[in-house]
Amino acid sequence: MNLIDQKFLELKEQNKTALIPFLTMGDPDVETSVEIIKELQAAGADIIELGVPYSDPLADGPVIQRASLRALQHNINIHSCLEIASKARQEEVSLPFILFTYYNPVLQFGLESFFEKLRENEISGVIIPDLPIEEDEQVRQLSERYGIHLVPLVAPTSNDRITKISKKAAGFVYCVSSLGVTGVRSSFYDGIDDFISLVKQSTDLPVAVGFGISTNEQFNTFSKICDGVVVGSAIVRKIEEQLPLLQSQDTKAKGLLQIREFVAQLKE
Amino acid sequence: MFNVPDEHGRFGKFGGKYVPETLMNALVELEEAYKHYSQDQDFQDEIRYLLKQYSGRPTSLYYAERLSEHLGGAKIYLKREDLNHTGAHKINNTIGQGVLAKRMGKKKVIAETGAGQHGVASATVAALLGLECKVFMGEEDMKRQQLNVFRMNLLGAEVIPATSGTRTLKDAGNETLRYWVSNVHDTYYILGSVVGPHPYPMMVRDFQRIIGEEARKQIIEAEGKLPDTVIACVGGGSNAIGIFYPFVNDFSVKLIGVEASGKGVDTDEHAATMTKGTHGVFQGSMSYLLQDEFGQVQPAHSISAGLDYPGVGPEHSYLKDSKRAEYFPITDEEALEALKLLSKTEGIIPALESAHAIAQTIKVAPTMNKDQVIVVSLSGRGDKDVESIMQYLGGKNHESH
Repeated sequence: MNLIDQKFLELKEQNKTALIPFLTMGDPDVETSVEIIKELQAAGADIIELGVPYSDPLADGPVIQRASLRALQHNINIHSCLEIASKARQEEVSLPFILFTYYNPVLQFGLESFFEKLRENEISGVIIPDLPIEEDEQVRQLSERYGIHLVPLVAPTSNDRITKISKKAAGFVYCVSSLGVTGVRSSFYDGIDDFISLVKQSTDLPVAVGFGISTNEQFNTFSKICDGVVVGSAIVRKIEEQLPLLQSQDTKAKGLLQIREFVAQLKE
Repeated sequence: MFNVPDEHGRFGKFGGKYVPETLMNALVELEEAYKHYSQDQDFQDEIRYLLKQYSGRPTSLYYAERLSEHLGGAKIYLKREDLNHTGAHKINNTIGQGVLAKRMGKKKVIAETGAGQHGVASATVAALLGLECKVFMGEEDMKRQQLNVFRMNLLGAEVIPATSGTRTLKDAGNETLRYWVSNVHDTYYILGSVVGPHPYPMMVRDFQRIIGEEARKQIIEAEGKLPDTVIACVGGGSNAIGIFYPFVNDFSVKLIGVEASGKGVDTDEHAATMTKGTHGVFQGSMSYLLQDEFGQVQPAHSISAGLDYPGVGPEHSYLKDSKRAEYFPITDEEALEALKLLSKTEGIIPALESAHAIAQTIKVAPTMNKDQVIVVSLSGRGDKDVESIMQYLGGKNHESH
């Protein structure tokens, strides 16, 4: 069974909502990313979204843009990202991994070898934000063949596309909380509750929400209507704030602790 | 053979719609609106009226006799898009999309700009049609093109610096798309070239094909035959598609696109997407792209802000791979020499972008005989570039002392 499915089943039995933290891999470097993933697990994360840095991240706001840029400046590429996932597994991280990557790095990697590598590195799902259903036929077929979930995004503007997208979804359906790019925000799309219930009606799969969620209060609010909550930019920004501490061996533990505490309080 | 794109926005393997889900509905709406209005006589009449009475079309096809004599080969005709209102071909497209935006009931428009020509053309049309306009421009380009920034402000548009990435056209494009994602409910995106997701490459081509339609008719009137060669510069490629498209099925006509190779195709500082790029997905479509082996987009370089772009329109990629058009690189240096030559022989200062097309003409014309004819798209005038050319040439002279 795919680890993502297993995790959502477990959580459902316990009547709990998945906390899905996101990090940009390679920010600031491979080793530290592995350590951060370990902290996320220790902090009570349920699934981890691993972001592949990209030069032109269209769906992302300034925080993740900056993190991507820092990672790219350290020559992080999709191979180093796979290495991070594999190292984290060796260090006893057992949580399901979802890779978040723009389409072009996947295309250049080669679609078939990309899915081979995902399987080899025990990555259970993939999110490609710039690959809408109209363009995903080949990728979806491969994802099915390799048993890796291609998790789709639905937006408040998706309207009658929601059913089409849900029909093809695997793992869970990821609802975009608002019109806009990723990034911390205080208000969400006005009709968010109706939107999420519309998505729930369209599928038997778990439904997660993300984009802009940064506080414990928001996590709890969305927990009532969703099966999973993604927290991205808030964590990436926390990592950014800790960079001075993370970059020195003497203070690294302190920086990692700050990140762990931030993530832990999200679902308290 | 060249009846593209298909209903999925595909030009062969190129094109498509690779954008975040939030934008998909807006693109579908745009496609439907465009399909509807492109058949609407009233809409077409309004555009035709504005092109004629406001922008001054048709632009002339001018026989550059002294340049032709100087080069000693083919007869060279210049399609004078520089004589359009706002000084470049860009207004053909912004009039079309501006009128479309208005018909769609949108009150706010946004645009990206490189050299500032598309930004000025968008701001102009927004003023004309009473629309609120925001233009995104790379911070680096704002320095290079201060005059155009001021011009857009005069026209009532707000210019927003794009401070991400390389701070040039590509990042202005990213920022515009990001803004659109957040404001898609009430904002129309006037995309400036034949790039981006479907239906933009098709729609912008349709608004620019008037360049080639006029030129084809004018050259037959002047010479009694089709030209042997048509030459145009290519950044995203809108003036080039505009002039190529009506000639695509005239197989005797050679189509030559000219891209910017900056400091040279063997350096890291060029924008030679066709010569050095590979297939990839960038800003919404599959096309040729300057990228590294991991699929990261590489920064481009050109003296001309309008050609300083690591991507290119999908239809150009299709024309290249089907061998219907050929694409050649021209360096900063060659473009400057061409600019000087055209200024001195014809009294026309071309835009730095268009100077690349002239530079290729300088190479091609002498290899042809005097009965042969070249039509060059002179896509814009050089006024906007005079200051940066002065600095460039001034700096060079200084260095050589």
